[in-house]
Amino acid sequence: MNGADAAVKCLEAEGVQYVFGYPGVAICPFFNSILNTDIRTILVRQEQNAAHEASGYARISGRTGVAAVTSGPGAENLITGIATAFADSIPMVLITGQVDSGQMGSDVFQEADISGACESFVKYSYIVRSVQDIPRIFREAFYIAGTGRKGPVLIDFPCDVQKETLRSFAIPDAVSMRTYRPTVKGNTVQIRKVQKELAHARRPLLCLGGGVHLSGACHQVREFVEKNHIPAVCTMMGLSALPTDHPLFYGMVGNNGQSTANHAMNDADVVIMVGARVADRSINRPAVITENKTLIHIDVDPAEIGKNAGPNIPLVGDIAAVFDELLKEPAAADYSAWLDTLELYRRRAVHEKAAEKPHQRRAGTVDPRAFIRNLTQSMEKDAVYVADVGQNQLWSCENAVIREGRFLTSGGMGTMGYSIGAAIGAKLAAPGRQVAAVCGDGAFQMAMMELGTAAQYDIPLKIVVMRNNTLGLVRQHQHLAYHDRYSVTDLGGGPDFAKLAEAYGMRYLKLDREEDTESIIRTFLERDVPVLLEVEVDPDEQA
Amino acid sequence: MEEKKVVFQLLVDNTFGILSRISGLFSRRGYNIDSITAGVTADPKITRITIVTHGDDDILDQIEKQVAKLVDVRDVRILQKDSSVFRELAMIKVRANAQQRQGIIAITDIFRGSIIDVAPQSLMIEITGNQGKIDAFLKLLDGYEILELARTGIAGLARGIDSVVYLDDADRY
Repeated sequence: MNGADAAVKCLEAEGVQYVFGYPGVAICPFFNSILNTDIRTILVRQEQNAAHEASGYARISGRTGVAAVTSGPGAENLITGIATAFADSIPMVLITGQVDSGQMGSDVFQEADISGACESFVKYSYIVRSVQDIPRIFREAFYIAGTGRKGPVLIDFPCDVQKETLRSFAIPDAVSMRTYRPTVKGNTVQIRKVQKELAHARRPLLCLGGGVHLSGACHQVREFVEKNHIPAVCTMMGLSALPTDHPLFYGMVGNNGQSTANHAMNDADVVIMVGARVADRSINRPAVITENKTLIHIDVDPAEIGKNAGPNIPLVGDIAAVFDELLKEPAAADYSAWLDTLELYRRRAVHEKAAEKPHQRRAGTVDPRAFIRNLTQSMEKDAVYVADVGQNQLWSCENAVIREGRFLTSGGMGTMGYSIGAAIGAKLAAPGRQVAAVCGDGAFQMAMMELGTAAQYDIPLKIVVMRNNTLGLVRQHQHLAYHDRYSVTDLGGGPDFAKLAEAYGMRYLKLDREEDTESIIRTFLERDVPVLLEVEVDPDEQA
Repeated sequence: MEEKKVVFQLLVDNTFGILSRISGLFSRRGYNIDSITAGVTADPKITRITIVTHGDDDILDQIEKQVAKLVDVRDVRILQKDSSVFRELAMIKVRANAQQRQGIIAITDIFRGSIIDVAPQSLMIEITGNQGKIDAFLKLLDGYEILELARTGIAGLARGIDSVVYLDDADRY
C-alpha cells in the first residue's frame, strides 16, 4: 500500500461517493488508486467547477464535498471555488497534487504554494509531509470541514508521498484534536435568557441565515416559528430555510431584499439572528439592529457574534441543538398584534407593487420576475433551484417560490458561473429531484464548458439562460451611478444557444413571448432530460 | 472608542507554518502587531507566542475570537498589566572611544545592564527589563551614537500559580 492507496481508503471510510476533479502528473498516483474503489470520479472541464460541483453536492447531500486536482495551475484554478465555499461555509475537502516534497520551494515545473495562496480562505490546510500521517490528516480534514462552522479544508499532497510505501494503515476511530473543539450545545443560562426575552417581547423577529441549512435545522426552526407564532425573515443564504410561501415568512432582508422584511427588521423589539453573519448586503447599517431593540445572536462561530453588531444576548452553539432546547418550553407570549402589523406591511407592499408603472419592454422580451414565479411554481415541491449571480440572482431571490425544496446561490462571494457547477453537484446528490440552474448569459459563458461534463455523465441538467446580451447588473450600476456610460458590459450578441445546446445533446427552448410562458415551462420541466431554455430579457430591465 | 495596548499570550500547537498563520491573520484583518515573540514551552509540542497589540475594545475582542478560531491555537488570553511580568531584552551597540567608555559603563551599571562586547570604537550593551525601563535607558544614551539596536519584543507570564494554563494532556507550559 502506498500513500495514494491510503488516501482513497480514507475517502471510502468517510463515505465519499464522488470526487470531482482534473488529473495531472502530480495527482496521478491518487487517480490511479481511486480505480480500486467504488468512488465515482467526475472529470470537470475546468478546476474551478470541481469546487462548485463539490459545493452543490455538499449542500444537497449534507455531506462533505470532495475535489481533487493537480499541482500548479490545477490548484490555482481551484482557488475561486475554494473562496466561494469559504464565504458560504460549505464543507469541502480539496486535495491538490504537489511536486515531490524534496523539490518544494525550488520553483520547479507546475509548482505553486497553494496552501500559502489559500491561507486566508480555507478553514484549515495540510501539507502531507509523511506518508504515516495520511490516515490522521484525512480523518481530521473531514472532521474540521464538517463540524462547527463548516468550511473548505485543503490537503496539499506531494507526489512522492503519494507513491511512498505505507507500512501500517489504521484510520483513527475518533478524532482527538486538542486545539479544535467546536461548541455544539448552547449555554443553558443563555438559552434561559432568550426564553425570558421572548416572554417580554412584543415584536420579536427571527432572521434566518445560511447557518440554518448548514446545521440541518430547518425542521426545528419551522416548528419553533409555528409553535410560537414568531414571524421570520431571512438573508440570501437563508432563503428556503422556511417555505417562501409560509404565512409567517416575510421575505429577504437587505439592500436587495423586500420592503416588508426590512420594515419588520426596523420595527422589531427583539431580533434573533440565527446562523447569519450580519453582513453588509443584509444589514448595511448594523447600528439599526441594535438601536431600541434587543439583539440575540445564535451562531456556532463565536467570532461572528459581535463582529458587526454587538448583541445583547450572545448564544454560541449548533442551531439544531439550540432550537431543540428552545422547543422544550411552551409558547412564550401572544404576538398577534405584531403579526397584524406585518400583514398590513405585506398588503401595502403588494399594492405598491401593483401600482408601479410597468416597464415598457422591448418587443421579443419577457418579464423575468413573472417567469421565475411561474417556473418555480411549476417545479416539483422538493426541487432544487440554483441561482447564479447578477440580476438573475436578485430576481430569483425576490420571486422564486420554494416550498419543500432548496434555493442555492453563491451569497458571500458572488461568484459568477456558480450555478451550473452547483446544479451538477446537486443533481448527483439527489438524482430523483428536479434541479434547475438559472443564470444570465454572462455567467453562463463563464461556466458553459461544464455542459461537456453533464453530457459525459448523463446528468440531465436543466438550465435557464436569461439572455440580454449584457452584464446586466453591472450595466444597471453604470446606468444608475455613471449616467449611462456603459463600459465593457456589452456581450456583443453572444453565441447561438440553439446550436450550443445541439452540440452538447441538450434540448433547446426559447421564450420570447409572455403568452408562451406556461407551455414553454411545461416542456422545459417535463421528463428528466437535459434542456437549455433561453429567455429573452430586456437589457434595460432593472433588478 | 479608546485605544488600549495589551499583551496577548497564545499557546499553540507547534505545527508547520503556525507563525505565518497567526501573523497572516493579523495582517489581513488589519490588526496591529507592536511586537511578537515565539518560543517552545516545557512541552516541545507547544509554542508560546506573545503578541503586543493595540486597538479599541471591539478590535481586541475580535482579535481574541479570531485567534481562538485558528485550528492550531489551544489557548489565548490577555496578560493583565497588574498581574503579569513582562521582560524584553535589548542589545545596543554604541560608538565609544576611550573617553566615552566610562560614562556609558556607569549608565549601564545603574540599569543593571552588562557590557557584552568591547571594541576599540564601540561597546555592546545587553539590557533586560520591561519596555519602560529599556525606553528610559535608550533615552539616557541620547548623547551617544547608537550604531545598532536589536530588541527582542516582549515575553511575559502571569504571576503566581493560579494563572498557570493547564492544557488537558500535558503538565506545564
